Amino acid sequence: MAGIIGYGAYVPRQRIKVEEIAKVWGADAPSYKKGLMLEEKSVPAPDQDVITMSVEATRNAIKRAGIDPKEIGCIYIGSESHPYAVKPSGTVVAEAIGATPDIHCADMEFACKAGSEGMYVSFGLVTAGLVKYGLGIGADTSQGAPGDALEYSAAAGAAAFLFGKDNVVAEVRETYAYMTDTPDFWRREYEHYPKHGGRFTGEPAYFQHTLSCATGTMERAGMTPEDFTFAIFHQPNGKFPLRAALKLGFTREQIVPGWLSPRLGNTYSGASPIGLSATLDVAKPGDTILMVSYGSGSGSDGFVFEVTDKIDEVRNLAPLTTDYLDKNKIYLDYGTYAKYRGKIRKG
Amino acid sequence: MGLTTARYWREVPQRYRMEAGECTACGEIHFPPRRICMKCGKQKFETVVLPDTGKVITWTVIRVAPDEFTDLSPYAVCLVELENGVRLMSQLVDVDLDEIEMGLPVKIEFRRIREDGADGVLFYGYKVVPA
Amino acid sequence: MRDVAVIGVGLSAWGEVWKQSLRDLITEAAVNAVDDAGVEKLDAMFIGCMSGGLFAGQEHIGALAADYLGMGPIPATRTESACASAGTAFRTGLMAVASGYHDVVLAGGVEKMTDVDGGATTRALAAAADQEYEAYHGVTFPGLYAMMAVAHMAKYGTTREQLAMVAVKNHRNGAMNPHGQSPFEVTLEQVLTATRVADPLRILDCSPVTDGAAAAILCPLDMVSRFTKSQAIRVTGSGQATDTIALHQRKDICAIESAALAAKVAYDMAGVGPGDIDFAEVHDCFTIAEIMVTEALGFCEQGQGGKAVEAGETALDGRIPINTSGGLKSKGHPVGATGIAQIHEIVTQLRGNAGGRQVKDAKRGLAQNMGGTGASSTVHILEVI
Ligand SMILES: [Zn+2]
Repeated sequence: MAGIIGYGAYVPRQRIKVEEIAKVWGADAPSYKKGLMLEEKSVPAPDQDVITMSVEATRNAIKRAGIDPKEIGCIYIGSESHPYAVKPSGTVVAEAIGATPDIHCADMEFACKAGSEGMYVSFGLVTAGLVKYGLGIGADTSQGAPGDALEYSAAAGAAAFLFGKDNVVAEVRETYAYMTDTPDFWRREYEHYPKHGGRFTGEPAYFQHTLSCATGTMERAGMTPEDFTFAIFHQPNGKFPLRAALKLGFTREQIVPGWLSPRLGNTYSGASPIGLSATLDVAKPGDTILMVSYGSGSGSDGFVFEVTDKIDEVRNLAPLTTDYLDKNKIYLDYGTYAKYRGKIRKG
Repeated sequence: MGLTTARYWREVPQRYRMEAGECTACGEIHFPPRRICMKCGKQKFETVVLPDTGKVITWTVIRVAPDEFTDLSPYAVCLVELENGVRLMSQLVDVDLDEIEMGLPVKIEFRRIREDGADGVLFYGYKVVPA
Repeated sequence: MRDVAVIGVGLSAWGEVWKQSLRDLITEAAVNAVDDAGVEKLDAMFIGCMSGGLFAGQEHIGALAADYLGMGPIPATRTESACASAGTAFRTGLMAVASGYHDVVLAGGVEKMTDVDGGATTRALAAAADQEYEAYHGVTFPGLYAMMAVAHMAKYGTTREQLAMVAVKNHRNGAMNPHGQSPFEVTLEQVLTATRVADPLRILDCSPVTDGAAAAILCPLDMVSRFTKSQAIRVTGSGQATDTIALHQRKDICAIESAALAAKVAYDMAGVGPGDIDFAEVHDCFTIAEIMVTEALGFCEQGQGGKAVEAGETALDGRIPINTSGGLKSKGHPVGATGIAQIHEIVTQLRGNAGGRQVKDAKRGLAQNMGGTGASSTVHILEVI
């Protein structure tokens, strides 16, 4: 059965604390921290973008999979912050890992769901036998408008997953996708920052799609929350995934390994994939994992994974997700952060 | 602007994948690859990929930068000796500029090196970070 | 091969020369050299210029110089070896005379640097480095020399103060040079606290951006009696060598091997050694460069260049006075002209015309010119006839 044969994450070292942002905008930091359940977020260095983080995450995935990159048959990077409006991110990544030229490539975009889409399609092509190995990546360096609530959470990170049929680390037991047209968050062409529908992003959008997708995925797999060792939900802030989990009947313990947003922020297309990467880092053979992404607009992809014996062999072949999260952090002041993120108008 | 797309693109195997040329006669590894071996003068090479870790041999902090790099200033650049003895020049990033020292262990990371203005091509390649 | 002499030298206006163009500068220097030599006509010209294209939008410098000097249709050729462009022009002129191809040859150099802004200047100078594997990464020329300085300091214990002492010494000499761009003294404190450029180098460790041109007239030694307007000086040694274009491929980043190799050729040709040299002009584009070149030329042991300047051995009254003109540091560094400007100082000293900075009993001087981080070096030895 097909599944994940290698995985890897990458998170930049720079961080900014909620207090530092709140100070500038005269906002009440404690209420933001409590309301959004956020402490700090990652910030890309000025020389980092979706492409560079995808290369690093993919190199980690290849180290764990131990495969020849030339045998990767497709590469799909999901992001809402591809560095080019026109020109693929995937070509750079494929070239950097040595997977060209016999490879299918497409950049994907579906707000925060694009990463799991890349995984979904890669898994599908592998299962269909059209490619030997498929690569799905979720990565973002998203921006919130200065002073907007999104600015406290919009973070940077990437995770990459290689799918194949041999030496599988986590089998894909079930997939399901749920989608409607619900415009809760968007960014028009040529606009620098996204806009959102405020509280409309909650019940009719995030929760409706995430809960429906989770329920549908579990029904198809014939499983209930108690059957899972771990669960990962899209995490636009610290609060939403916890509330979704509890509503579905999961315990706090089940989501803890992949619940990264309180100390990472929202990595958009990277969010649930990085959560899965962190969960695989601690999973044991036989563990089952539910992952449900969410992308505004709106839709969710659901996956059921079953971890194999192989996990113990590959885990330490590349840096753990928590290595990136907790080691060598560099804290920025708002001025430096604003400079790094191009928020200062120079001319 | 100085750097054209074609000039950038031609060096992609080195900049993206760290491909070097190993002399089949004497084993000397050249980065970037050359037509003629610096050590023995022979002209047959095999492509090898350089290791991704090494140490700082010497460094500086650039405080007066070329136009394309002024937004990064001040930034560190260093001469790296990789594990197999091959040396290369690189920016050293994600580092406290006051804590750089001789022999600092570093590893290669893929980064954006420069760009051709706000509407031009993005140029990628290797930098090093503390290992 | 024929023995060769310098029979005339000349400089143009020097510094930030707003009123003169590239062609004005080289013409002025050439006219001064032709006048100094008292020659009527030239047989050929060799003009060093590093980057007429990037600095002034002008290439084809050889023809331009011959044209404006009124010497057309004589053969005129530009030479380019980055900051050693004029050193190679001198050597090429020397070879043309020595070989018998030409009798009276003008070797010159020119750079018009101030018509472009700082960013364009940095980029033009960085063109002497490896574009794809050094400049691509944002490494500047001060940055490359700074890295050599860090390595030299770590390996040999060269101190930050010793680097500064090079600047102090050269400005002290330069303050006595009427042709200099920065003819004033600086204190150790001023150098050590100047604006940082590339750690550990500060702005007073760096040579300035300069407009200027220099020229010298060469002829066979056995013809000097025909040109008696000024004292002729014999060229007894000439050497040139190259090294890897990129610093990362050097065998030893703490040594300038091309300078050592060029010097060996020049010493052997002149039949002398470092101990026989009375004074030298060396390529102090940065303070660390003078220290490393002092070592490469054999004026002190490898690694002892810093101690030599600290002990005053390279001062005007020291064992081996270095950069009596003020060097590139104080006199200024129009990159493509510097090699011949050094020859101008050697000739001036050997003629006894150096005024307050005159080296006593100067009979034999050496000029070392360098391109890039030492990928090119020329060394010339000149002696009183
Ligand atoms: Zn060889």
